[in-house]
Parts: sequence; C-alpha cells; structure tokens
Amino acid sequence: MALVLTEEQSMLRDSARGLISDKAPVSHLRGLRDSKDPTGFSKELWHSFAEMGFAGLLVPEEFGGSGLGFVEAGVVMEEIGRTLMPSPFLATSVVAASALNRGGNAAQKSEYLPKISSGSLLATLAIDEGAKHRPLQTSLQAVRAGNGFRLSGAKALVVDGHVADLLIVAARTAGSAGEREGLTLFLVNPKARGVAIERTIMVDAHNAARIELANVEVNADSVLGEVDQGIGLLDGVLDIGRSAVASEMVGLSEEVFNRTVEYLKSRKQFGKLIGEFQALQHRAAELYVDIEITRAAVMKALQVLDADVAKAASAVAVAKARAGTTATRAVQEGVQMHGGMGMTDQFDIGFFMKRARVCEELFGDANYHTEQLARARGY
Amino acid sequence: MSDKTNDAETADLEEFRKQTRAWLEANCPPEMRKPATSDADVFWGGRNAKFSSEPQRIWFERMRDKGWTVPDWPKEYGGGGLSAAEHKVLRAEMARMGARPPLSSFGIWMLGPALLKYGNEVQKQEHLPNIAAGLIRWCQGYSEPNAGSDLASLQTRAESDGDDFVITGSKIWTSYANYADWIFCLVRTDSAAKKHDGISFILFDMTSKGVTTKPILLISGYSPFCETFFDGVRVPKSHVVGTVNRGWDVAKYLLQHERAMISGMGERGVGRPLGQIAADSVGTDALGRLDDAMLRGRIASFDVDEAALAACAERAVDLAKAGQAHPAFSSAMKYYGTELNKRRYEILMSAGGVDALEWESERSKQGARPRAWLRTKANSIEGGTTEVMLGIVAKRILDLPGA
Repeated sequence: MALVLTEEQSMLRDSARGLISDKAPVSHLRGLRDSKDPTGFSKELWHSFAEMGFAGLLVPEEFGGSGLGFVEAGVVMEEIGRTLMPSPFLATSVVAASALNRGGNAAQKSEYLPKISSGSLLATLAIDEGAKHRPLQTSLQAVRAGNGFRLSGAKALVVDGHVADLLIVAARTAGSAGEREGLTLFLVNPKARGVAIERTIMVDAHNAARIELANVEVNADSVLGEVDQGIGLLDGVLDIGRSAVASEMVGLSEEVFNRTVEYLKSRKQFGKLIGEFQALQHRAAELYVDIEITRAAVMKALQVLDADVAKAASAVAVAKARAGTTATRAVQEGVQMHGGMGMTDQFDIGFFMKRARVCEELFGDANYHTEQLARARGY
Repeated sequence: MSDKTNDAETADLEEFRKQTRAWLEANCPPEMRKPATSDADVFWGGRNAKFSSEPQRIWFERMRDKGWTVPDWPKEYGGGGLSAAEHKVLRAEMARMGARPPLSSFGIWMLGPALLKYGNEVQKQEHLPNIAAGLIRWCQGYSEPNAGSDLASLQTRAESDGDDFVITGSKIWTSYANYADWIFCLVRTDSAAKKHDGISFILFDMTSKGVTTKPILLISGYSPFCETFFDGVRVPKSHVVGTVNRGWDVAKYLLQHERAMISGMGERGVGRPLGQIAADSVGTDALGRLDDAMLRGRIASFDVDEAALAACAERAVDLAKAGQAHPAFSSAMKYYGTELNKRRYEILMSAGGVDALEWESERSKQGARPRAWLRTKANSIEGGTTEVMLGIVAKRILDLPGA
C-alpha cells in the first residue's frame, strides 16, 4: 500500500480540518483553560464530531459507526494536534472503542459501541499507576468475590477520567508486577461504590484524572476479554492509542513548525529578516526533515496496524519514539526562534510545548519505545 | 478511484508478487543473497568487466535477460517495463531475501534517468541498452578543483570547432574514472554568460585522445576517486544532451538522482540487526542485553531513526508516483541518509573496539570495517554537502529569504 493518503482519506482530512480550525482554534483551548471549565471540552463540538461520524469512526457499521481504519483515525488526530483541541476522541473513539470492539463479547459490543458512535457515551482506559508508563507493572488488584471481582488500587493519567461514563481498568488477577500473565481488563462504572475520581489539572490544560478504587465490586460480565490473559488485548489497544497520539504529535509538530517558519519570514533584526540567517535556516531545514521522516514512520505504523494489529508493535514503537523526539525538538525550536515572544502566555506557542510534553508521556515516552525496539530486535 | 479498480489492481499486484518471489527463489544463487562485504562483491559492468565469481555472473545474466538490471526502464531500451507499483514489489521481494543488486552503475543511477528525460532518440538508443546490459561503464565529470559545493563555477572549456567541441580542463573526485568507458561531463560552452547559463552536458568516450586519469589515495587507503584531465579532447556536438548552454537543467535533474542514490547507500534493513553485530564483540549481560548500556541506547536510537527513514524513503517514491513530491526532497533525504550512515559506522567502530582498528590482516579482511568507516565520511560531502543540502531545503522547500 502506498504511503500517501487516498483521495477519500484526503477528503476526511479536509472535513476534519474545516470543522476543527473553524470551531476549535487554539483560542478554544485557551478559553476553556481560563474559564476553568469543569469538563474541559465542548459538548457541542463533541456532538458535531458524532454527527460527522467521527465519534464512531473505528466502530463497525453494524454498531452505528463509520467502520474506518487506523489511518483514518490518525488523520483526525493529526488535525486535533494542529489546534490542540481537547476532545474525547482519543480516549473514547480510539482507545476505548478499540478495546470494546476487539475484546468485547456480543452483549458488551451492542451495549456500548452504538452509544460511542452516537456520542452519548464517554469511555476511557485506566492503565498507568506510577510516574511512568509501565503496563506490565500493573498491580491494581482484582480478587474473585462471589460471582465477580473486587478491585482495589489507584490509576493515574486517566484521560478524560473526570467525565467518563465507563472506565476500562487494567487489573492484576494473578501473578505479580512485571509479569505478562495475570492481567485482566474490567469495565467499571465510575459511579460504582468505592470509586474516587480526582480531576487533575495538567500543564497542558487538557483532561485527565487520578482514580482510586477501594473494594469496588464488579460482576463477572464486567470482564473485557479473558481473565488473566488480558495482555494480548491490552498490547493491541495500547499500540492503537500510541499511534493515535503519535499522529497528534505530527500535527502539533507541523503546526508549530509552520508558525515558526512564518515568523522567520516576518521578524526583522539587524536590518534583515531573521530567516536570512544561515544558523536559523539550517536548523529549520533539519527540523523540516525530522518532521517529514516522522510523518512517514507514523503513517507506516497506522497502515501496519490496519493490516494486523498483532504485528505492529515494532512499527508503533518506532512511530511513537520518533514522534516524541520530533515534537520535543519542534516545540523547543519554536519557542527559541520566537525569542521572548515565545515565552509569553499571550502567544500560542507555549500551549504546543505543554501539550507535546503530555503527549510524550502518554502511552510511553521515546525512551520506553526505543527500549521496546531494542528488546524486539534481540539485543 | 473506485473500490473495484483498487481491488483489481491489488489482485494483479499480488499475482505479480507471487510470481516474482517464485522467480527470485528459483534464480537467485544463494551466494548472491548475502550482503556484499567487499568491492569485489559488486559488479559494475563495462568493457573490461570481470565477474568475481560464477554465481555473480549467473545472477547478473539472468536479471539482465529479464530487463531487471533496470526494472522500471522501458523495454525498448533494455529495461523491464515495470510500473512504479511493480518495481516497489520487486525491490521489496529482493530485500526480503537479501538479494544483491545484479549490476551497480552510475549509468543506471544517474545518467539513465537524465537521458530518459533530456536525451534525443539517437542518444537513448545508443546508450541506454548498453547501460542496461552492463556493457559500458560510466563516470561523472562534475566537480573541479575550484568548483566543489559551488559546482556552477566550473571552468572546463568546450570550444566550438566545426561539428565538434574541443574540451580542455580538469575534473576531480571522478568516481572510478580509471575504470570507466565513457564520461558524462559538465563543460563551459559560453564563458561570457552568467555562470549557470553557459554550461552544457556532454558525453564522450574515455579512450578519446587527450583524456588521462590519476587515482587519488584517500584516508581509507583506497582510490575510488580520480583526477581527470582533458587536453584538447575532440567530441562531436551531437553528444550534447539537451540544449547547448542549458546543461545546468540536466545537471540538476541528475543530481536529484545522485542524491537519492547516496541517501540509500546505508545497508538499510539488510543483514543482522546492528545490536546483534555489536553483541559479538561487546558481549551480553545475564538478561541477554548488550553489555554496554550507553552503546545499547545509541544503537536503539539509531534503529528507530533508520526504520523511520526507510518509511520516508518508501513514502518519497509513493509521493513521486502520485505527483505530490517536491523536486528538492531528494536533498532532504540525502542529508539525513548520509548523516545516518556516518552514525552507523561510528557505532560499528565503537562496538568493534580494538578489533575494528586492524588495517591489514586476514582476520580483519584487510581492515574492511575501518576502511568502510572512513569511506562514509565522504557521504555527507559528495553529491552536495550536508550544508548545501540544508541550504536547498531552506530555500526551495521552506522558501526562506536570502541568497
């Protein structure tokens, strides 16, 4: 398959870009931040997303979705990255929808997927526990109790955790931290007794929460996939989420870069446009090449995921690692080349830097994914 | 594009893949499925060509007979007539089995594409089939002692004399000029014009009277480059490719192909992972990890970048096919590919430690690794330096102001 967007994918990009740039430029995020909006996103916009078929983009048509693939999800994420729009799209439509679609039984799918497609249900995956993304270190305990399980433990960086209607919680039903065996995914009602949710106001003014589960009781029907064998499902879902975040970072990087190049063409010092200085020209050129290479790596990962999720681990590791280092470089160069203006809150560049930092941690940073590639290659 | 055409195309391509794989399996000798380790493993063709082994000859001849020394050239010029999609499949299948290129040649990589675009029918008929069949080996007369990065300031003169040009001057860094049969050469045909406007692109036989070559000994101990001298070399005017004094257009077009070639010089995706090669000399810890955490990290970062660049190279081809490629993008790839190849060899030298320092011994295959390491240092100089490439990206792609 060619590593370029098809005509249909380009049209999808254009319609997503049209909506997002019109309704949610960076000032949209700024407004939500400054007004201390309790949800941190626009329900009205989410409604538009659902109407355009984006909320159920990955959901099969039989459940009211658009039945599209990961490349298409990446196209939308990239546009989100350009304006930093806070949206349930990542947590609900990409990660949770994939978890339910890939791991759910018939009853679970028909209960949740149509609601995701219509935009009426927000869902999220609760995975991280420590400061860094280490899925195998999951130690939130699920012990058998009666007909079901009792869950106890804490989760961090649960995207949209404060507004989600459904939590997908990774728990340990057997084995100990670090082991691949013994992980199980559970569908948990955030309103269940024993669930405590604290919204965490983050550096990027996007939405996340810390969640504590204290003896939360769930029945046997709440298991998503197989007991003790959740790692296969989890690996796939995480790779899907990683590639989506990588797409967001490509959009973010390119937007910062475009703004920076425009600045180089308009800012004068020493009687010259600063873009005439070779020191800046070469740095801009290097960054351009970095972004192009990363874009190709991310597109590759999305295509490989569409072909076979189970075989995409290395391509995704490359994509997320590259996206992380490239975005970090892009935002740093963006601030530096904007000089003092780049340090002001009034200027948008800082928002990109903050979001890039969060995206870098989300589902594993560049170090994590570089390490995964080394292990996969046997050294 | 309807789904139906898509499906039909995909099915045809899958059939082509199956047949190609079967043919390669049946026809590529096992010896030709290992990475080339020395210059003798590379077949360059030419009047004085010798095969270094029987499998090398068999592989070359079989591929030549299919037109697959130049798979995407038209059949009438000795090519395979493959579409871009089929060519991609063939490359992927060859990479999959580690098959070596059957023929390496500046005729294939550089002159051929320029002739296909700018050559007249007589020139195409005369030269392309000979390139495809490996009968004529070409060299490139571009750089001069005082025209390196500033190539357009070249001074080699071609003076009009009836139906001929008479060429006088000298070239430098002419790759394998001492083995080449013909040269494609930039000469100044109008010294009064602005520097880009008085250049012509001309072809001539290296056995012509007045041509001499002198190999240059490099830091690697090899002499892949020559100084080349022209003392009143008489060349028919019909050997000019394109229009007289418009040779810079041809030169630039050819440079794009040269840059694409150089950016691909790293042995991407071929052979064992770098981390495992390093483990041979560095050793592993109890968990089987390379027993040098810092080196392991450098290798892993390298692997990430290399895999990403491979995706980008693939995308560049697809973009070109879709008519969406920026003509200067080969400069971007050239810059990154060559810097990455230098990184690869710095890692290999570090991993090899003391063993990688031996210069003359059986054990070290006559210092293959350190010599290759030194050779890579030219990658970011030849065909346009990294700094020139970045300047091209800044000006032509980013449209930054100045010069």
